[in-house]
Amino acid sequence: MDLYSLRIWKNRIGIGLSMLAMSFGLLALLWILWTLFSKGFAAFSWDFFTQDTPAPGSEGGGLRNAIVGSGLILFFTTLVSTPVGILAGIYLAEFGRVSRFAAATRFVTDIMLSAPSIVIGLFVYALMVETLGGFSGWAGSLALSLIAIPVVVRTTENMLKLVPTSLREAAFAVGAPHWQVSLKVTLRAVKAGVVTGVLLAIARVTGETAPLLFTALNNQFFSTNMSEPMGNLPVVIFQFAMSPYENWIELAWGGALLIALLVLGINIATRIIFRTKRNG
Amino acid sequence: MSAQPAESANGPSLQIRKLNFFYGDFQGLKDVTMNVARNMVTAFIGPSGCGKSTLLRTFNRMYDLYPGQRAEGEILFNGKNLLDKKQDVNLVRAKIGMVFQKPTPFPMTIYENIAFGVRLYERMSRSEMDDRVEWSLRKAALWDEVKDKLQQNGLSLSGGQQQRLCIARAVAVKPEIVLLDEPTSALDPISTAKIEELINELKSEYTIAIVTHNMQQAARISDFTAFMYLGELIEFGKTDELFVKPRKKQTEDYITGRFG
Repeated sequence: MDLYSLRIWKNRIGIGLSMLAMSFGLLALLWILWTLFSKGFAAFSWDFFTQDTPAPGSEGGGLRNAIVGSGLILFFTTLVSTPVGILAGIYLAEFGRVSRFAAATRFVTDIMLSAPSIVIGLFVYALMVETLGGFSGWAGSLALSLIAIPVVVRTTENMLKLVPTSLREAAFAVGAPHWQVSLKVTLRAVKAGVVTGVLLAIARVTGETAPLLFTALNNQFFSTNMSEPMGNLPVVIFQFAMSPYENWIELAWGGALLIALLVLGINIATRIIFRTKRNG
Repeated sequence: MSAQPAESANGPSLQIRKLNFFYGDFQGLKDVTMNVARNMVTAFIGPSGCGKSTLLRTFNRMYDLYPGQRAEGEILFNGKNLLDKKQDVNLVRAKIGMVFQKPTPFPMTIYENIAFGVRLYERMSRSEMDDRVEWSLRKAALWDEVKDKLQQNGLSLSGGQQQRLCIARAVAVKPEIVLLDEPTSALDPISTAKIEELINELKSEYTIAIVTHNMQQAARISDFTAFMYLGELIEFGKTDELFVKPRKKQTEDYITGRFG
């Protein structure tokens, strides 16, 4: 075989192998989605959204308390982690490029990014639940914030580092103080990327179960009091999926599908935002 | 330093005295002494890495952004040493504007691009600001092209328009000096011609210092030319004289295209 046709064959084998690997990954994903849809979709009904989690042995029921609880916990998580994460990211990218304090912050952020979420749950348990004497929605939001903040910090910093030096210098050149340059020019230049980072952080914490087990716990009843234990989707799924009751199991599948759709929706939204902003 | 500072009827706007500049251990400027004449165009030419941009960036303390870069010597501006640590850099930059090689519109509307700098130092009503925006866009010969789309993003303009927007932005804060760092090297010939025309008009009110790679451009638009090489000011004089009858061999070699 001559060198040329040998190369063609090598190429074909290479493409074939990577296609195989790709389809393996894709198959797993499709399988998960298919299972979720086929088992979870049946649970979607009016009751699913309007009834609270049923007591053991009772018929029917829904996930209203868990949906609202998850929504509240995520809302306050976003409220806390967005400003903290963005400001810290600005500090790292714009002010602390060479300082030791920034290097330390960057290092801790990297560790936090890969910290097992159960450790963070345990930490908040010791910090808040034990000392204040009870599980609460606030504790849940705090635990999720600790997971979300490093994600926001990192994306904000990385996005700001992409801003061309010339733009930053141009803003300084009109006599703008540093904070105005950062907030009004460079941050604005990467707005889409930063919003994407926030959304991805929310997507990341939406399905977190471990940190909520120790903090928000669960609540069988509808509650909007963040100082009390609060129902939430991941923990309900965790408890219901392993129960002996058929309606509980079905609700667990429904909840799982709901979370998956939410995360999918957030991811699609980030793609749309990022694409339109970049072209605009 | 042997080049004599050229004299001008208007007197100097900047007096540079024994300026040395360092990037860490590397010396980027060596003992530069010269004057930048008021309401005139002074061009800086020389091969890449000769220090002409470095020199320009000392005039508005742009190097301050980077730790490890420092300047020694004096640059007198209105009787004060710009390099003085106590000198407020933001005020310096408001008085000495700068336009860069690549157009750098801010990610905001055309109107806001100009209002941003003005708002930093002046409190004014909406209508006064409208007037200022129009005034500066007219100065930059851009008004007719953008007057109907002031609320559009500055990035939607063409490269040449963006560069004129940057000039308008620099002029809007009413500086005394405008620094131009290769302002046309990223532009097409027609946009370049417009900018050159603009420079010619602006010099009646502003002192202009321009760095350029294009010797014809320096010859066309400047009153004085400084030739730099390896961080030193080799020759400085009236543009007509420097290009027609250079005193130094190195200058002659460079402008005749023998090196650089």
